[in-house]
Amino acid sequence: MVKMTFQDALLDATTLEMARDDSVFVYGIGAPDHKNIFGTTTGLVEKFGENRCLETPLAEDSMTGFGLGAAMNGMRPIHVHIRMDFVLLAMNQIVNMLSCASYGSCGKLKAPMVIRAIIGRGWGQGYQHSKTLHSYFSHIPGLKVVLPTTPSDAKGLLTSAIRDDNPVIFIEHRWLYFAEEDVPEGDFSIPLGKGKVLREGNDLSIIATSWMNIEAMEAAKMLKEYHGVEVEIIDPRTIAPLDEEIILSSVRKTGHCIVADNDWSFSGFGAELSALVAEKAFDSLKKPVTRIGFEHTPCPTVRKLENAFYPNAKTIVRAVEEKLGLPKSDLSSQDLFSHERKFKGPF
Amino acid sequence: MSSLSLDLYKKLFLSRAAEECIMKYYHEDDMKTPMHMSMGQEFIPAAVCQALGERGQIFTSYRSHAPYLCRTDDVEGFFGEMYGKISGPMRGKGGSMHLSNPDLGHMCASAIVSSLIPVVVGAAWANKMKNTDKIAAVFFGDGAVDEGCFWESMNISALMQTPALFICEDNGLAVHTSKRQRQGYKNLPDIIRHFDVHVITSKSTDAEEIHGLVKEAMDVIDKTQKPVFMHLECYRYLEHVGVYEDFDAGYREKEESWYDSGALRVQRQRLLDQGMDEKDIVQLEQEIETRVENALMAAKAEKFPEDDELYEGVFYG
Repeated sequence: MVKMTFQDALLDATTLEMARDDSVFVYGIGAPDHKNIFGTTTGLVEKFGENRCLETPLAEDSMTGFGLGAAMNGMRPIHVHIRMDFVLLAMNQIVNMLSCASYGSCGKLKAPMVIRAIIGRGWGQGYQHSKTLHSYFSHIPGLKVVLPTTPSDAKGLLTSAIRDDNPVIFIEHRWLYFAEEDVPEGDFSIPLGKGKVLREGNDLSIIATSWMNIEAMEAAKMLKEYHGVEVEIIDPRTIAPLDEEIILSSVRKTGHCIVADNDWSFSGFGAELSALVAEKAFDSLKKPVTRIGFEHTPCPTVRKLENAFYPNAKTIVRAVEEKLGLPKSDLSSQDLFSHERKFKGPF
Repeated sequence: MSSLSLDLYKKLFLSRAAEECIMKYYHEDDMKTPMHMSMGQEFIPAAVCQALGERGQIFTSYRSHAPYLCRTDDVEGFFGEMYGKISGPMRGKGGSMHLSNPDLGHMCASAIVSSLIPVVVGAAWANKMKNTDKIAAVFFGDGAVDEGCFWESMNISALMQTPALFICEDNGLAVHTSKRQRQGYKNLPDIIRHFDVHVITSKSTDAEEIHGLVKEAMDVIDKTQKPVFMHLECYRYLEHVGVYEDFDAGYREKEESWYDSGALRVQRQRLLDQGMDEKDIVQLEQEIETRVENALMAAKAEKFPEDDELYEGVFYG
């Protein structure tokens, strides 16, 4: 094990896979520049040459098609976007072409391609640098969708995504880049489609995605401190394919389910999870499922309104208190915005 | 008689005969797939596929009957797909608009205009990186040129010098809309020449002449790894989708000159001029027609896929 940040873990996985397999290459706007996609492509040009870490024109859609063509002919592209919002420019290639490359050839062509997209938040990211949109992609047959939360998961899941013979949308929250933990050295992979129990508990299940796992972990500490409540936190990690069993068995155990999704709730992944739990664990539920997500507005730029837009640990604490019929705890001594203050931009 | 002339004629005649057979049976409503016919434009895929041979990795659009048949010679699979049967290369999942048979060099087809153009840029780049002798070629109409990803692809291909072969089959129409109503410039090849791309243009309907130009393109690709853009004018005989003429719709005139210079007529005369006996030509034509008819009948009699095939191929492997 070695201490690594989330971004180090992404770089480690990429470097190891590029060394292991000549057909792996990384490309995207800014991939080889001096900022190296927040340090996740650092040293790749020096180690592997300019043909394996490529700068591109500002042409997200066609460069996605480019990756698909390269993948059909035996390469393993990793296309990097510094914001998920920019991936929207490539939706035609992703949805109409990449997702059905295998189906559209009766399983003869493969498209082993990873699309890395970063979710922005804070310090003025506003409504065009802050989207997540994982449910857009999980809606489409033929795509796999991954949202790692911890550095170890970032390394293990990116390794599996690169080795997968299908297109994988790999979504990274910018704030998670600062997280640090012990990560296995060398070859390390985590299978896609396996969720993880981030925290064990018997009183209530919180199913959280991406950054919302961090908020859920903080909420869990407060709930234990103020109410002696032990919540269980489940990180699906991969939402397509989805590890239904880890979610359902937790809900069957606790009888309560809150979905804390890092996106808008309406028509989102939280709705899918709520339906899953209602369809398959209804008899275990003591109360209806609660969804927590972004307010249903575009993301504002100014911090004051942003604080009203994003749910946080307090939102989760209040939801748990309401569900379990507990009095509202006094959270005035809690530092609910430490992350917001830490992140300085410009990105 | 040259074998090239004969091979080209076989490709032209096969494509035409297959579509005439579609026209003959389409009214039965058993081929439930939107037919975008190649008729009138066959000389371009015939020439391209003849020239590229086994080196060709062909990517096409929804108008891909002739490219498919010229590249693969797989009439039986072709009709299997038209009827949605398990004898089709995609076991019915593709139909007329999504023909794919990578093992025989017809990689895939897209019914989203222009969308395979960037894919070919990447396929060509991979061929260059892996140092294969394959040539990735994409067929598209002048309508595709209106899309942003066409221009993105020209830029990327020129910038990265990906050895792709771009085949613009310019029939002057996007569905029913003329270039005059769609394009804010006069001459496409003149614009493409500003990219670092080799440009070849022709107004000929002579498959053998086009074949020579494709050989020139291959020479450029082999010697320089430079992308080649071929602008080839042609004429769509039938409606945008469907098996009938639609000159009564009023959006265009029937231009007889295209029929007078039709590639089949030109190539057949060439065979006669080269001394091929007309009887032998007729026999060849009858053999092809019989093969086509038999392939269609075999497809009609073939089985539909089982329901449990629905999920096959969603994910690779």
